[in-house]
Amino acid sequence: MSDGRTNCTNVMVVGIGGQGVMTAAEALAQAALAAGHDAKKTEVAGMAQRGGVVASHVRFGRRVLSPAIPAGETDLLLAFEPAEGLRWCGQLRPGGLAIVNTRPVVPPVVSAGIHAYPEDPIAQIRAVVARLHAIDAVAIAEGLGNGRLANSVMLGAFAPHLPFDPGLLAAAMAERFRHRRPDLADLNAAAFQAGREAVAELGADAA
Amino acid sequence: MSRPEAAQADERTEVRARPLTGNEAIARGAWEAGVKVASAYPGTPSTEILESLAGYDAAEINAEWSTNEKVATDVAIGASFQGVRALAAMKHVGLNVAADSVMSQTYIGVNGGLVIAVCDDPGIHSSQNEQDTRLFCRLANIPVLEPADAQEALDFTRLAYELSEEFDTAVIVRATTRLSHTRSPVVIGTRTVPEDKPFIEDPNKNVTLPAVARARHPLVIEREEKLRAYFEQSPLTRWDRGDGSFGIITNGTSYPYVKEVAPGASVLKLAASYPLAEKTVREFCDSVDRVLVVEELEPFIEAAVLALGIKVEGKAFFPRVGEFSPEVVRAGLAKAGLAEAPSATHEWNVRPIMRPPVLCAGCPHTGGYMALRALDARVAGDIGCYTLAAVEPLRSIDTNVCMGASIGNAVGMAKAGTETKPIVATIGDSTFLHSGIPPLIDAVYSNVDITVLILDNKITAMTGGQDHPGTGRNLRGEEAHQVDFEQICQAVGVKWLRKVDSYDLGGLYQTMREAAQYKGVAVVISDRPCVLDPVKIRGPALTVQAAGCVACQACMNLGCPAITWSEGMYDGHHKVKIDEVACIGCTLCAQVCPSDCIQPVEQ
Repeated sequence: MSDGRTNCTNVMVVGIGGQGVMTAAEALAQAALAAGHDAKKTEVAGMAQRGGVVASHVRFGRRVLSPAIPAGETDLLLAFEPAEGLRWCGQLRPGGLAIVNTRPVVPPVVSAGIHAYPEDPIAQIRAVVARLHAIDAVAIAEGLGNGRLANSVMLGAFAPHLPFDPGLLAAAMAERFRHRRPDLADLNAAAFQAGREAVAELGADAA
Repeated sequence: MSRPEAAQADERTEVRARPLTGNEAIARGAWEAGVKVASAYPGTPSTEILESLAGYDAAEINAEWSTNEKVATDVAIGASFQGVRALAAMKHVGLNVAADSVMSQTYIGVNGGLVIAVCDDPGIHSSQNEQDTRLFCRLANIPVLEPADAQEALDFTRLAYELSEEFDTAVIVRATTRLSHTRSPVVIGTRTVPEDKPFIEDPNKNVTLPAVARARHPLVIEREEKLRAYFEQSPLTRWDRGDGSFGIITNGTSYPYVKEVAPGASVLKLAASYPLAEKTVREFCDSVDRVLVVEELEPFIEAAVLALGIKVEGKAFFPRVGEFSPEVVRAGLAKAGLAEAPSATHEWNVRPIMRPPVLCAGCPHTGGYMALRALDARVAGDIGCYTLAAVEPLRSIDTNVCMGASIGNAVGMAKAGTETKPIVATIGDSTFLHSGIPPLIDAVYSNVDITVLILDNKITAMTGGQDHPGTGRNLRGEEAHQVDFEQICQAVGVKWLRKVDSYDLGGLYQTMREAAQYKGVAVVISDRPCVLDPVKIRGPALTVQAAGCVACQACMNLGCPAITWSEGMYDGHHKVKIDEVACIGCTLCAQVCPSDCIQPVEQ
């Protein structure tokens, strides 16, 4: 039956405007289509301005109905920032996996003392979700020479958990870099691989 | 009722198709229909329709930004008069601007097919309200097509041109944010251009004199009934037969939610909320024991069905505000006793971090609002990125209504005669050209004491960086005439006019003070390009020499996202640091630093 709930894989990619959340979600949707799935990709937050919350939904499977993932039915959460991971991790289904970049991005309202940054968001996420990979993607990317490639690291960490060939996601990212930043194509591939290795070290079901 | 087209649509997901957003699909549908003229003013979530059309051959289609939505609509109407197919695209509130044209054009009808693509924003992701365009459609007696996904966005838009010419009417294709910005696979077609038609020289159709309008109004009413009859028979009206105990009437982007949450239900999916396919609705309602209407925003279908004397329920269970989602529909069905209540997922009581959108590091709007805050002015704001100056830490805008309202609002504030603070209107370059010039003329004509701060960042920034007549480039990035803001101001009679560098904080403070003291209309133009568009501006970055920082945090008042606390302390307070990757070197922080410790990074 075409019940989207049972046949779809639901992925949330979340972070902050300017971190490349939407690009990562686009690449994922493209990879899912290349794998022969129906796919829909949409943003539930952060459509117009920078520095704010961004949350993309990617659903793929035999047939996708609603573009937005129903509450509490997310299979995989890819968070580019720890406090954003905390904001959305309640959307994971029981047994769902969160992959979270541990490097905080502190907003000006916190710097100015108007609001507080959550205390140890990684520990708070760990208390809620079944499975968590916490990696310092920025440090890994900086180690390769460019901290802005953290999202390639994150996608690399994410790729082995997809229900299709991880190479399709690598290829989708590579194509984007070929078009927009050919000078960074090799570094992107290295960052993607470094992300895969980072989660391999953590073990498949690190908690 | 057999639905061969529906079966076809199901098969489509099996073939390899092109992933398009709803907006790209609307553009594709217009292009395939042979549209030769397309016009728009940018507005989230509609902007990408025109941007996408700029990707097609300029010899096939003239696609161009207009100064505002009314002009865009008038341009499309003009092309229709000439016998070619035309498109105007806008966000929901843009239709308010275009309404004068739309409400009268409807009496005239079309020569070349005319479609207006309107994108609503349920949930107010990036707008000032969540008005429901379907109400406008009924007001103007214009049929509304409501695609549910990107494939339908293409198919419906293409078909809309056939309907437009067959029924002699403009057609509104209504999207919502969820459709416009969702990407999904779409089977595309080829372009078919109908033969050019001559201009119809018929004043009794084309000239809205009172006598003509009186004669044509009955034709508009007749047209409504013909369209209603069409939708009774149209394959676009989709009836999914299922469980007979209850049925759901729905439309547009609510349909996939209904199918996801209630896969076995009887569903009538209307392609058009207006004109309502009354017989089909009646037949559907007779076929089930109980009928619910699931529609985002206004109880539009619900009211129309109730008016037929049929008992239906809708807004008793489903909200009239905000965007729908599978869980909203599930909750509504549960409230109606037709589904299990949504299961609570996790015990979840984390208070998420506040992370409002911010002006970019080096945003040229920041300095002007620092000056206005220092001046303690009464500030009428307008629509743009700079509306963010209404909140902390800049917190210097007092009001904001809609596009172009700032100057007229400031005129009214001055005329009220009660304000003791200097009255200032702030408006961006694109918004000024959109609807800021008539109120500036009004201000000079009324001889009120106000200051107008034109924030010229040389782009339509908030919608993602679109050109306009002030940038000197067109939609395709080619050179175009560049409007001169100073000349416009002088021409309408502004006598006190200054241009200031947006990065010269001292100059801005001084100039705004002088402007506030001027008796009459003073105009200040702050002048620096957006840091993102058309080119991304980078460095040379600044850094904080920590030894000199006295943790006064004066620089924090800028709200610059590149400035954060450092671990270093001075007298119990955090010193600051600058993210050298994010900093573009605007130097505003260095200008406010009392200890002179913010300096360029050593190269």
